[in-house]
Amino acid sequence: MSESLGVTPAQTVGPYLHIGLTWADGAYVVPEGTPGAFWLRGRIVDGTGAAVADAMVESWQADPDGRFDHPDDPRGARRSTIPGFRGFGRAATDSEGRYALHTVKPGPLPTFDGDTEAPHLTLSVFGRGLLHRLVTRVYFPDEAANATDPVLSTVDPRRRDTLLASPDTDGFRFDIRLQGEHETVFFAV
Amino acid sequence: MTQDADRRLILPSYRRDDVDAHPPLLSPGYRSTVARAPRQPLTYLPQRLTEITGPLLGEGRIGELDHDLTRQHDGEPLGQRIIVHGRVLDGDGRAVPHTLVEIWQANAAGRYRHAADTWPAPLDPNFTGVGRALTDADGRYHFVTVQPGAYPWRNHDNAWRPAHIHFSLFGRAFTQRLVTQMYFPGDPLFFQDPIFNSVRDERARQRMVARYDHTTTRPEWALAYEFDIVLRGREATVFEDEDDDE
Ligand SMILES: [Fe+2]
Repeated sequence: MSESLGVTPAQTVGPYLHIGLTWADGAYVVPEGTPGAFWLRGRIVDGTGAAVADAMVESWQADPDGRFDHPDDPRGARRSTIPGFRGFGRAATDSEGRYALHTVKPGPLPTFDGDTEAPHLTLSVFGRGLLHRLVTRVYFPDEAANATDPVLSTVDPRRRDTLLASPDTDGFRFDIRLQGEHETVFFAV
Repeated sequence: MTQDADRRLILPSYRRDDVDAHPPLLSPGYRSTVARAPRQPLTYLPQRLTEITGPLLGEGRIGELDHDLTRQHDGEPLGQRIIVHGRVLDGDGRAVPHTLVEIWQANAAGRYRHAADTWPAPLDPNFTGVGRALTDADGRYHFVTVQPGAYPWRNHDNAWRPAHIHFSLFGRAFTQRLVTQMYFPGDPLFFQDPIFNSVRDERARQRMVARYDHTTTRPEWALAYEFDIVLRGREATVFEDEDDDE
């Protein structure tokens, strides 16, 4: 078979990530004015409860029909019916550790073994002091499919609520606790 | 696409990295990890549609001079002009074409153009320190910049970061997302740097060090460094047992 190469190790983005990773339109998974769009807001805190002011969140998700514009989706790549849908968002935290992403709720997804995944976003968290990104998922409250979601069901029931967003004034709220009490569930992918 | 195919999706799968390939999240020598590294073990996530897809961005995000950090202002930045080039590959040695590569770095004096960087080294009005490029069909990228300086930080007594360039890569799937740092060969500051040394395995650590490339060095113009970046490779496709009919 082909030669296997060792992967390049990950390193922290460091405190100056904003120089290289700021996009003017970063927060916009969907353009402003998209029907049904909302803000996903949250705050990142460390193990001492302090705000993490030098971090960045990136999101990736399906469109509301549960489709990806990507050739490796075995159902076929499909451009979203939402004009300007990017599926991807990127937002640095502010001095209070807050981030915000402008998006829409994704549709449910089929799995390789015939199950259904509840609507979710996947998040990567980068920051000073994080030598490797952290990966988590955002689920939505009051989704019947959460009860049978194959990922949620593998998570310790006492920690499952760390993956659930809560309703907020202009959308949903999803706080991220890097460490300690109510530590967010992070995944190895 | 038939309903049956919809029900039994065959997904690519990305090999999981060796434990030693990346730094442990908790690396106390790097003090900022102590309050930020999760204490709970990571939860195993099977790769599903969200993980094996990912943003294929780049076209339209790259300006004409984004790959040349020495030509983004009226004048040329001070410092040693260098070429940094290489290939983005996956773990099977296959090129990763048309993928976005983002870099950022300190100037030749070791100072970042950032409000939080206040150590007394000069800013350079002709240097921002940010670059973007898209790999070509063979996974190649190419930047022109200046040699970044080392800089002090307060992690430990007399702490200095070895010269480095920050690299951010998407690959073609969420699983391949990588942020790393490129170092320069023979840097005398390696021995005391807890970020570089957070990668425990010596061979893995060396994969972050560029190679001086005399062949690409341009006479009377710029030194060249070659830095290949390896993202995760794919597992051979495994076909699910067709009898699993629920
Ligand atoms: Fe740096």
